[in-house]
Amino acid sequence: MAQMTMIEAIREAHDVAMAADDKVVVFGEDVGFFGGVFRCTAGLQEKYGKSRCFDAPINESGIVGTAIGMAAYGLKPVIEIQFADYVYPAYDQIVSEAARLRHRSNGDFTCPLVIRMPTGGGIFGGQTHSQSPEAIFTHVSGLKVVIPSNPRDAKGLLLAAIEDPDPVIFLEPKRLYNGPFDGHHDKPIESWKKHPQGDVPEGSEIIPLGKAHVQREGVDVTVLAYGTMVYVAEAAAAETGVDAEVIDLRTLMPLDLDTIVESVKKTGRCVVVHEATRTSGFGGELMSLVQEACFYHLEAPMIRVTGWDTPYPHAQEWEYFPGPGRVGEALRKVMED
Amino acid sequence: MAAKRAAKKPNVSGEELRQYYRDMLLIRRFEEKAGQLYGMGLIGGFCHLYIGQEAVVVGLEAATEEGDKRITSYRDHGHMLACGMDANGVMAELTGREGGYSKGKGGSMHMFSKEKHFYGGHGIVGAQVPLGAGLAFADQYKDNGRVTFTYFGDGAANQGQVYETFNMAALWDLPVIFVIENNQYAMGTAQARSTSSQDIYKRGEAFGIPGEMVDGMDVLAVKDASERAVKHCRSGKGPYILEVKTYRYRGHSMSDPAKYRTREEVQKMREERDPIENVRQMLLTGKHATEDDLKAIDKEIKAVVNASADFAKESPLPDEAELWTDIYA
Ligand SMILES: Cc1ncc(C[n+]2csc(CCOP(=O)(O)OP(=O)(O)O)c2C)c(N)n1
Ligand SMILES: [Mg+2]
Repeated sequence: MAQMTMIEAIREAHDVAMAADDKVVVFGEDVGFFGGVFRCTAGLQEKYGKSRCFDAPINESGIVGTAIGMAAYGLKPVIEIQFADYVYPAYDQIVSEAARLRHRSNGDFTCPLVIRMPTGGGIFGGQTHSQSPEAIFTHVSGLKVVIPSNPRDAKGLLLAAIEDPDPVIFLEPKRLYNGPFDGHHDKPIESWKKHPQGDVPEGSEIIPLGKAHVQREGVDVTVLAYGTMVYVAEAAAAETGVDAEVIDLRTLMPLDLDTIVESVKKTGRCVVVHEATRTSGFGGELMSLVQEACFYHLEAPMIRVTGWDTPYPHAQEWEYFPGPGRVGEALRKVMED
Repeated sequence: MAAKRAAKKPNVSGEELRQYYRDMLLIRRFEEKAGQLYGMGLIGGFCHLYIGQEAVVVGLEAATEEGDKRITSYRDHGHMLACGMDANGVMAELTGREGGYSKGKGGSMHMFSKEKHFYGGHGIVGAQVPLGAGLAFADQYKDNGRVTFTYFGDGAANQGQVYETFNMAALWDLPVIFVIENNQYAMGTAQARSTSSQDIYKRGEAFGIPGEMVDGMDVLAVKDASERAVKHCRSGKGPYILEVKTYRYRGHSMSDPAKYRTREEVQKMREERDPIENVRQMLLTGKHATEDDLKAIDKEIKAVVNASADFAKESPLPDEAELWTDIYA
């Protein structure tokens, strides 16, 4: 075990995968020589050479498209889109090609591709550097969608994603890169170096896709969260005294419905939290699924706490961000209903 | 650098030279102040300074007429100041205040001015390029003789939509000038690491768009090129490409580890090619200004910049309700 940040854990997952399998190639904007703007690929070019870790021009559609071709002929590209906000030029390639290749070729061709991208806000990035676009990927059949919330998971899930035979969208909450941010932006940043989930096992152990993690056990209400919101929900539970069971979904597709249902049947209440905008967000899907599976166990209407239906603001970041105050309010309300 | 230099004896008046000096210095001092405010925590998030590139936008603006349009990337403060937007409004947008051009909703990368025909500041690399052609289409449609200056970087020049745009602009003879500000780096990636043929001005050839390389550290060379490009566009001959070779002295944004180029490389550019120093020397040796005249200009600019910083600190935060405005009509 070694104590590391999420950035270091992601870098290490690349390192382990590249050492084990020479079919793994890593590229993206500023990824090779520079080691990535967040340093997630630092040192890989030195270690594995320019043919396995290299820079791409600024052309997201081209990056994803060429990676799909590589994957279709047996390589395992792990590519970085510098911020999730820049993925839109590549959306056509992801949806029309990567996600659908297996089905339309009757399984002849597949796309074992990982597209990593930093996601989410809390860094004062405004509307083009803060978005959480997970729902535009979960909406597309053929894609898997993973969002780790800590270094240990980031490494294990990235290794699983690289092993996976299908295209995986790997969203990294950038506000969690250096520490477990709980939404209290005015407090000093806690580091992963002192956090139990910053303790990352050595080697190539994977964390399987489709397995949620119960981050905090509780009996009052089930909170479904992922990414940054896991720590916000934990903080809200601690601050309100509501004994919430916080489930870190870890992967949205495939989704660990069993763990969710078991918890909601136990607590009888459910709050869903995400940072992305509300309308057509993944929270709507979660509420439908819980309603279908747990209707007779629910003691109160479910509540969603999300980003507002606005562009991610520049000046009003903390009015937008669903912090512990707003999540705490929902916890209290769901207990009163 | 194979770029065209301005004629040895510049065909330019003392008054014009003093104006370029003033405009470039305003940008530089403004950006230095923005850097300071960033360091003090008054500006947050992303902030891309234009220091070193001042001659590009000032030279290009020298050939514009009222009604001409401009659109650029996130490295936009210089463009706004050069087209006459108010320093107070720009600085207050950087600090995210109500007095900013976008009332704090846009930040450093996203500002606009209808009055000055400035169509933004765009945070997504390359996204502004087709928009620029669309603006030019509207001008052509209205037959108003206006042109659009569409600025983008050497890194942006690799986005596919740039070439879709070149084709449409040539196909429809649009009055658009594509200004590629080649500062030789896209973030931490030197041009050679990302770009197959580095003479980007030639990339219009296949579409029939004329292009030229320009020395972007020489404001007069840029102005000459701008005049040629404008003449071409206004006479209905369609688009024109200017690849302007320049250099940014500061990091890509405020959080740049500066590990991808040597300190000496930056130092050499600053010492040998500085565009402002260049004009300063021309003013002095041509006896267009005395040291005292230049000091007076410095003082005047300092006052404008300090006032903008005060304004940006004092302007209130936007009202919470602003979050919900201007999403739909
Ligand atoms: C679509 C997209 N991809 C990537 C980025 C991240 N990014 C911002 S600026 C930049 C470098 C652009 O370089 P260049 O076009 O040369 O402009 P410069 O910053 O040098 O002015 C990159 C990669 C982005 N904003 N948008
Ligand atoms: Mg550049």
